[in-house]
Amino acid sequence: MKIIVPVKRVVDYNVKVRVKSDGSGIETAGVKMSMNPFDEIAVEEAVRLKEKGVATEIVAVSMGVPQCAETIRTALAMGADRGILVESDTDLQPLAVAKLLKAIADQEQPGLIILGKQAIDDDMSATGQMLAALLGWSQGTFASKLAIEGGTLTVTREVDGGLETVALTLPSIVTTDLRLNEPRYASLPNIMKARKKPIATMKPADLGVDVTPRLTVIKVTEPPKRKAGQKVGSVAELVSKLKTEAKVI
Amino acid sequence: MTSLVLLEFDDSGIKQPSRSAVAAAQALGEVHVLVAGAGLSGASAAAAKLPGVMKVLVADAPALDHLLAEPTAALLVALAPAYSHLLAATTAVGKNIMPRVAALLDVQPISDIAGAEDADTFIRPIYAGNGLATVKSSDSKKVITVRAASFDPVAAEGGNAPTENVTVGDLPGLSKFVSAELSKSERPELTAARVVISGGRGMQNGENFKLLDPIADKLGAAVGASRAAVDAGFVPNEFQVGQTGKIVAPDLYVAVGISGAIQHLAGMKDSKVIVAINKDEEAPIFQVADNGLVADLFTALPELAAELERS
Ligand SMILES: Cc1cc2nc3c(=O)[nH]c(=O)nc-3n(C[C@H](O)[C@H](O)[C@H](O)COP(=O)(O)OP(=O)(O)OC[C@H]3O[C@@H](n4cnc5c(N)ncnc54)[C@H](O)[C@@H]3O)c2cc1C
Repeated sequence: MKIIVPVKRVVDYNVKVRVKSDGSGIETAGVKMSMNPFDEIAVEEAVRLKEKGVATEIVAVSMGVPQCAETIRTALAMGADRGILVESDTDLQPLAVAKLLKAIADQEQPGLIILGKQAIDDDMSATGQMLAALLGWSQGTFASKLAIEGGTLTVTREVDGGLETVALTLPSIVTTDLRLNEPRYASLPNIMKARKKPIATMKPADLGVDVTPRLTVIKVTEPPKRKAGQKVGSVAELVSKLKTEAKVI
Repeated sequence: MTSLVLLEFDDSGIKQPSRSAVAAAQALGEVHVLVAGAGLSGASAAAAKLPGVMKVLVADAPALDHLLAEPTAALLVALAPAYSHLLAATTAVGKNIMPRVAALLDVQPISDIAGAEDADTFIRPIYAGNGLATVKSSDSKKVITVRAASFDPVAAEGGNAPTENVTVGDLPGLSKFVSAELSKSERPELTAARVVISGGRGMQNGENFKLLDPIADKLGAAVGASRAAVDAGFVPNEFQVGQTGKIVAPDLYVAVGISGAIQHLAGMKDSKVIVAINKDEEAPIFQVADNGLVADLFTALPELAAELERS
């Protein structure tokens, strides 16, 4: 079974992001970029499935600026076999990304596509579900465990009240939650090997997809800042403040 | 302009996040709601009581049990022509279903809105809430999930809307519910609680989370956790507060042994009053805390329990 893993290049999760002073967006110039953490979990899961002999080939796909090739290289160093880069300088929103991925899936015919449950930049949590819809496939979102047997994929999902397990007909879409696995660090030899793995480059037009954004960002503002309050000296003082000043207990 | 809101419910009625989604929809115009599932007499009666709702659609079919994404999305798509806006709360259910609906309608969803400026323009947090984006949709229909913490829920009672059964056509059978492992707790739900007390890695183990119990009991609080506490197995996943867990905005949030990473702050920084208990006075959580106590939690928690008991 072939697995496709889409990987997004995002501002590293450790970076304290700043809103641009002209309100046009978030400052990304000169900021450290990394693979979206949930996508690392997706790559790891695909590699484990390959190590178990369930998957035969892993294709990592990224979309956006040419530097997304670095994100693909990271996936290749973790164990993906080849990459596809869809280059575009348009703001690629989840609907466009899902359409591009569908076009790639139509060509590649994977049995499973594993995505992160959300990208930590736009926090949309949408692409996997949208891709499943466009392909007419089943979906197992927010996965903390998965197992494949025959034509059935069993996914344990993190839901609001706990865990839910569903059985899905393959082919299928999985989106990863934090507890699915702990992604490996690529070893130096694997990083070297990854340099030789192929990355095919294409444009949205090559895939026949119109990527015009449907959402226009009018402005981005900073959220109201919280001010640090006071330190209290004792538990008794804390309780008395909550009672008489804040009046919350 | 009429909106349709997908509701979630349990034995005690319509869930609070769904009632917040109804509140968000009411700002846009007339509101209809949908209850879907198998065996819905209680849920449809509860939905009819929501104030301001004009109509309750009831889709009762075995295939809709557990609101699996594939059939529920197909149902919403079938109902969509009559509506300008389709909404659900940003919950595990809403996040699972609504983007699927959007793609089937060729619409870019607008996830997790924290405000609505007009019928096309919405405010949503990005980058763990470090930016608030105002976005305008050019799609003719809007598919939206609603950040419950940003909208006061409508009351559970007071309305008297008519109900209408919808015919459920063929639904995709791509998925099957196998089992659920849901935590049973007498405490309020995290996203609905007036007080939340959360523990972090500083709690050291699951057993120590019991130190939070007498305080939670006294304050009627829900218990939450940081990702680190969940990853370490101290408490189950549904406790996680944060960018990629639950978003809460209670009157009082007490963070115990939590450092205050951006990803955690994203889930609780809109709380009215924040209290932090941490032994490291440099911990970033103190930068957002209204009341900070620099102390070892293992002495502070029993003291706090005793102090609350006394007063
Ligand atoms: C993709 C991604 C998503 C994430 N999503 C979330 C999320 O949704 N929610 C979330 O919370 N995190 C999330 N995180 C993790 C986040 O970055 C932090 O790692 C996490 O919040 C840290 O948890 P913590 O504060 O409990 O642990 P730590 O950062 O280890 O802090 C422990 C604190 O406890 C204090 N302490 C220790 N012992 C005591 C004691 N005896 N008495 C008093 N204080 C004590 C310490 O001083 C310290 O400040 C995410 C990270 C990533 C990469």
